[in-house]
Amino acid sequence: MDIQGLKEMTAQVRRDIVRQVHSSQSGHPGGSLGCADMIVSLYFNEMTINENRQQDGFLEFKREGQNEDLFFLSNGHISPVFYSVLARRGYFPISELSTFRKINSRLQGHPATHEHLPGIRVASGSLGQGLSVACGAAIAKRLRKEDNFVFVMMGDGEQQEGQIWEAVQFAPNAKLDKLIAIIDWNGMQIDGTTKEVNNNRDLKVKYEAFGWDTVTLKNGNDLEEVGAALKEAKEKSGKGKPVVILMQTEMGYGVDYMMGTHKWHGAAPNDDQLTTALKQLPETLGDY
Amino acid sequence: MKKYTFTEKKDTRSGFGAGMAELGKSHPNVLALCADLVASLKLDAFIKENPERFVQVGIAEANMIGISAGLALSGYVPYATTFANFGSGRVYDQIRQSVAYSGTNVKIAVSHAGLTLGEDGATHQILEDIAMMRAMPEMTVINPCDYNQTKAATIAVADFVGPVYLRFGRPVMPVFTDPDQKFEIGKAWMVNEGADVSIFATGHLVWEAILAGEMLEADGIDAEIINLHTIKPLDEEAILKSVTKTGCAVTAEEHQLNGGLGDAVCQVLSRNLPSPVEMVGVNNSFGESGEPAQLMQKYGLDAKSIVAAVKKVIDRKKV
Repeated sequence: MDIQGLKEMTAQVRRDIVRQVHSSQSGHPGGSLGCADMIVSLYFNEMTINENRQQDGFLEFKREGQNEDLFFLSNGHISPVFYSVLARRGYFPISELSTFRKINSRLQGHPATHEHLPGIRVASGSLGQGLSVACGAAIAKRLRKEDNFVFVMMGDGEQQEGQIWEAVQFAPNAKLDKLIAIIDWNGMQIDGTTKEVNNNRDLKVKYEAFGWDTVTLKNGNDLEEVGAALKEAKEKSGKGKPVVILMQTEMGYGVDYMMGTHKWHGAAPNDDQLTTALKQLPETLGDY
Repeated sequence: MKKYTFTEKKDTRSGFGAGMAELGKSHPNVLALCADLVASLKLDAFIKENPERFVQVGIAEANMIGISAGLALSGYVPYATTFANFGSGRVYDQIRQSVAYSGTNVKIAVSHAGLTLGEDGATHQILEDIAMMRAMPEMTVINPCDYNQTKAATIAVADFVGPVYLRFGRPVMPVFTDPDQKFEIGKAWMVNEGADVSIFATGHLVWEAILAGEMLEADGIDAEIINLHTIKPLDEEAILKSVTKTGCAVTAEEHQLNGGLGDAVCQVLSRNLPSPVEMVGVNNSFGESGEPAQLMQKYGLDAKSIVAAVKKVIDRKKV
């Protein structure tokens, strides 16, 4: 997809995010908006996925993902961006986004396999687990001699979980060099800035000390920079070390009143706030 | 009373190791993971023959569960191994989200369960794991009784699709079950048919139940002994059939009374066939250091305790 297409897709995904969270009056818009550029880039440009279509026209989804690149969302609370991207990529009907967080939906508050939503490979939401799961998937690919990438997205607040550091230590020792982790380094978590709540300090220094190669992405809300960072990460992969992209983003990006604050981490806009937000987010590909 | 004899004593964890060695040959999709306890889990034979199918995770059990989930969703059958304490309570949330809720085909195979871990003491003597794992939706819970049954269960769960918590132990115990047994998940094993009381036992307590049965026979009590190696799903039919005949039950397990096999049996009986029940298990306390046999005696988990419980429950039946 060219850069114009990515821009249109990302704009539409941002509308989907705000509308989903507004509709159910719950969810996490801030981090979802901030990560839209990366997740759109992965699914529409960077990842090799199974392009087979089922009879109903939707993408065929196989959980084991053999000969596919895989993506795991460890910070599952940004499910609105994940669901929007999966729907618009063709895994399930875009109209299903209207069921987000509602009763009898496949779009659970946090991503789940339990309701068999195509595109989801493991449940996430309880933080800190996705990197470990991605390590397992990367080992499986190596055992099968598949030459594919395993991507995993984590939050920066999530770096406070102890299990993360078990996996950060393990991955280089296991030489999982097709593993590319992405940290959404927006500096915010629910209770405040990460600095105030429990300072992560320098994640680059920490990951390098554990044996990772790192890529610094200064503006994760610029699609061209995102593409360049993913290119750099892929070039650094396959050389014995896992790679982490330290992605600086703006939480709430695209909606002025959601930016520069942690207050929209897990809050839903009311009707007026939705109208204001949608005025700032162009409808490029049609609302659900 | 059917006679049970044994010619040797072996630990159930060695049964697990033997099962893994067989799976190494028969099931190329089976992998083993361990958190720095390879010798304790008796994985040496599997690793020697299949080094590429073993993942040493180090002392990082949460990571081990997550890695196992990633391997399982990719189509492998990972056995995540450690001590029962570190494979249940320590990683409850990882098992809950990445394994049970995610429906990943992970086998959590844990040794050193219960008091018989012995000298290491209460920090390592998990007595709540059955309760935790029973409460978890989608989880199958198995606690085999001797070397042969543990080996058979280890092999059987490889072909079962779904998360399993397979619990076994450290000490050497009589080997009294059939070496060629077919292990059926969820199917009770009739150890001895009897008429006066139903003894439902799991794990190391099955042998104690057999000893108790012999002592009871000398006192003129005809005990039915049933091995519930699968605690979840529970063989309700076998329980109800037996208690319909005997009218009372004793449960026996190396676990807390709260939430264990006894509670599970009571749930079945109170809903379907209210009957007097006495429970042998640890009564709301932690363990302590000591030799396994000393601990089993001190905490009331031996044949003598089962005999006392049987006499009590038979008295209650008469009222």
